[in-house]
This record gives sequence, C-alpha cells and structure tokens, in this order.
Amino acid sequence: MKITQISIFLENRKGRLSDVCSLLGANDVNIRALTVAETESFGVLRIVVDKSDAAIKLLHDNHFVANFTDVVAIEVPDKPGGLASILKILSDNDVNIEYMYGFVEKFSDKALLVMRFEDTDFAQQILAKHNIRVVAEKDIKGL
Amino acid sequence: MIDAPFWNKEIETAERSRIEQIQLQRLKQTLAWALKTPFYQKKLTQVGIHSPEDIRSLQDLQRVPYTTKDDLRLSFPKGLMAVEMREVLRIHSSSGTTGIPTVIYFARDDVENWTDLLARSIVGTGATDSDVFQNMMTYGMFTGGLGLHYGAERVGMTVIPIGGGNTKRQIQTMKDFQTTVVHVTPSYLLHIHSKLGEDGIDRKDLALRKAFVGAEPHSENTRRKLEELLQIDAYNSYGLSELNGPGVAFECVCKKDMHVWEDAYIAEVINPDTGEVLKEGETGELVLTNLVRRAMPILRYRTRDLTFLYPQGCDCGRTHRRISRILGRTDDMLIINGVNVFPSQIEERIMKIPEVATNYQIHVDKKGSLDRLTVKVEIYPKLFLGEVAKLEALRHKIVEELRASIVISPLVELHEPGALPVSEGKAKRVVDDRPKD
Repeated sequence: MKITQISIFLENRKGRLSDVCSLLGANDVNIRALTVAETESFGVLRIVVDKSDAAIKLLHDNHFVANFTDVVAIEVPDKPGGLASILKILSDNDVNIEYMYGFVEKFSDKALLVMRFEDTDFAQQILAKHNIRVVAEKDIKGL
Repeated sequence: MIDAPFWNKEIETAERSRIEQIQLQRLKQTLAWALKTPFYQKKLTQVGIHSPEDIRSLQDLQRVPYTTKDDLRLSFPKGLMAVEMREVLRIHSSSGTTGIPTVIYFARDDVENWTDLLARSIVGTGATDSDVFQNMMTYGMFTGGLGLHYGAERVGMTVIPIGGGNTKRQIQTMKDFQTTVVHVTPSYLLHIHSKLGEDGIDRKDLALRKAFVGAEPHSENTRRKLEELLQIDAYNSYGLSELNGPGVAFECVCKKDMHVWEDAYIAEVINPDTGEVLKEGETGELVLTNLVRRAMPILRYRTRDLTFLYPQGCDCGRTHRRISRILGRTDDMLIINGVNVFPSQIEERIMKIPEVATNYQIHVDKKGSLDRLTVKVEIYPKLFLGEVAKLEALRHKIVEELRASIVISPLVELHEPGALPVSEGKAKRVVDDRPKD
C-alpha cells in the first residue's frame, strides 16, 4: 500500500521552511512525518501529511515548487534490532532503499518508518511475503 | 628631478616635438598596414582616407572613426588581420561580450616591440636583472602572463612562470627562490598576505620588495594598504589585450600614475556620449591607437575605461604623458579577480539550458580579499521531481557551462520561480556588493 509523499523545493532563504509549515498549519493540514535533504545552496523538504490532496493544491496555489512521490510506511518493532531485522530481509531480497525517515507519532506499539524504494511495487511484494505490515493512506488520516 | 632608471632613455625622455614626429611617421605606417585589412579598408575609404598620405598631421587622426569591441567581434576571425597567417607568430584572445572571443594576432616584430615596452616598464620601476620575478598572472591566451614573462626575460630577471592560483605553492615558491618582484592582481596579493604564517612561512622569510599590480582597477588606498601590509613598493600597470596587453602604461619609480608609451600608442580621452575629444585633465573614455603592430593594427579603439591625461612632465624625467588610474567603465563589464566578464556572456549560456527559467541574477561580493561571483537562477517547476541528486547535477552543469564561457567558476544558486527580482533593465540583473574604497 503506497502513500503519498510531498517534496517541496526550498531555496536557501531565511524563513522558507517556516513559510511552508505556516501555510499547511493555517489550512488545518497536519504533518505526520518529515525530513529535509539539504545541500550547500538549497533544500528539499519531504513530508507525509494527513490530507495530501488538499496539501498539494495549497502548495501549487501558493507557487511552491512541489512534487509528489509514492512511498511506503512500514511498521517496525520498537526495540533494539527491530529496524535491523527488516533491513536484513530487504537486503537479502535485493530491495534498494533510496532514503527513509521516521514518523512523528506511533500508530500502534510499533515505530513507523517512511521508505522510498527504487522499485516500490517489488518492495511491496517482498514486504507482504514476509508479513511486514505497511500502513495505508486512510490510516494516516486517522493518526 | 631624481636619478631615475631607464631602459631606453633617449626615447623615454625625448622632446615633445620628437615624440610627435615619431607618432606621425608611425601613424602613417599603421594606416598603410590597416588599409590591407577588409575592415579598415571599408571604414577608412568611407571617410575619404585612401592612402597614408591622406593623413598630414596628428590632428588628422580625428578623421578616423572609432573602433569598438563589437567591430573586433564582428570581424572574427580575420577581418582585422593585416598579414598572412604564416607571418603570425602568436595568437592571444580576450573575453568577448558574447560567445565569440576577441582574437589578437602578433607578427614576430609585434612580439618584439611589445616585449620591449614591457622591459621599459619593468626597468622604470627600478627592477633590475638581479631581481627574481614570480609571475602570478594566468598564462595561456590571456596576455597578462606571457607579456610580462617576455619583458622580464628581456630585462634579464630570473623568471618564475608559476601562473595564477595555488596560494600555498605561491608562498612556498616565494620563500624557496627568495622572490623579490611579483606580478599579480591587487586582490590576489591581499589574499596571499592573509595566508602568510599559515604554513610557518612569515613575511620575514620572504625577500619581496616590489609588486606590479594590474588587471583590475584599484584605488590609491588599496595600493597603500598593500604597501604597508607587505612593506613593498606597488606599481600600477595598465593594458588591454586589444592593444597588445600589459605595457600600454606603467608607473615609474615616482608612483604618480602611469606613463603611456607614446611612441607606441596615441592616447586620446573622449566624452563617451558625444565622441568629442577632451582636453588634458578632463575625465572621459580612453581611446588608443596602435603605432607598432603590423599583424593587427587597431585605430582609435574605445577602451571603455575612464581616466584622464596629465599634462607632460614627471619627476623621473620621462616626457611620455601619464594617465590616471582607471576610474570606472562606460559599459557593464565586471572584473572578477582580474578576469573580464560581461553579463551578456553569462546570460547567453544560461538561457541555453532548458531546465532554467528566464529570470536570473548576477551577484558579486568579496570573500576575504577575493571577489566572489554568484549566479542565481530560477528553476522550472515542471522539472522538479523531488530528487536532490538531479538538482545538484543541474547546478554542476550550469557551473561547467559558465566556466567554459567566462573561464572562472561561479557559485550557482537555484531559486524558486518568482523568487528573484524581476528585471526592469540590465542594471538589476547585476548586483555588485563589493566595497568601494
């Protein structure tokens, strides 16, 4: 089950990250997971939100450079070695992860991680085969 | 009068009448060469000059139309060449306002004459064949490197052709060979000073006594600062590739502005708006005419540099008139660490890159003593796929494209569409935040 991640281009200017968060906040869009990829001269903010369609429209209407990507949210046992066990399964099955980051809150007693795969469909097959639970878009809305 | 050193005292101290006699004779010779080129044949015939004999006095030079950088560009590659290619000994070039460079041809005697003017310039500062000369200017097609190199060899100095950049190596070399004279841009010399002491090499380990500073305009304050910081004498140098390169004008031991070698150039100062020739002491655009360049003679070239001419006379005894240090430009050319950059060169390149939107800004400031060029461009939203690596690759591509055109590597910043100020004319595209001293 894929979920939508929104990527936003942020030029290196004071307050730019704050602008994005303020816009989403003022329109009742809640950020559930986020990460910032930064370089010397610009950044890319990646977020998963509770209302992705509304967020995309808001960002475009306000002239942000934004794009959306399919990612997978995976439940990981919240204990030592929990992530390692999942990564081993993925690695053994030649599933490449481009990047990953954590959710702000938990959905159950397990931690939630966002993963971006090189091949999302193939990754999902492997996850399903090993009974690793992935979270659906509607679950995120309820978080 | 002081007891000043000379390379060719007879010529350097000649009476005004003698200098003017030489100028007229050489101007006629230059016209004969110029009439062999398609460009000047057309241009001179249009104003009724069909042979050198149509010019009877130096006053008659005013009948000759001005030559501009655009003329040189449009004549690329051979419109201004007055000899056969096999007679050309060397080719230099300077940056052009667009993709087409300005090419300069030298015959064997042109290189000889140019070298002699540089030997004269060097000796005029009091440097001698006992000096060790470290040439920190860029070699290659830029005239600043090879020009001084040949002049210094002619004087008999020990020449270190180290070229530009690599500050650690410059300092180590200055220590290893006990360099006494350097040729450098003022900003780079300040940069070198700021790095002294870092690798355990201090001022006291060096034998430096003189610097020839050129390729970028600087103030009297900057010269004093260099002299005080490094305890040296700094001499201002002026030249431009179109008229050979360095050695058009140079300061003597008096350090009171630069003598133009008037047996090799005719210098005029004009009102840049009306083209009217101004009097001595009046500030305007410097216009230069070659008198000793056979392969590519250039008449009344508009340098775009602002200066004024002093009346004759200097404590050193030279009769060749002086020009003031360069006071500004009449066009939008930027000088970044001694390299000439036209905003139009940058625009031409970035507009060819499809991922870049039409708005851009050129920003210049100082980082330490050195100039820093930043090109800010807006990206096309449709080309943003959320990936950092692709944007970084785009940024590198822009840097490489620009470096191919303007020789130096700028910083490139990517911006959101609409983030850069909308241009209402050329001036807003360029923001120069370098301090004016």
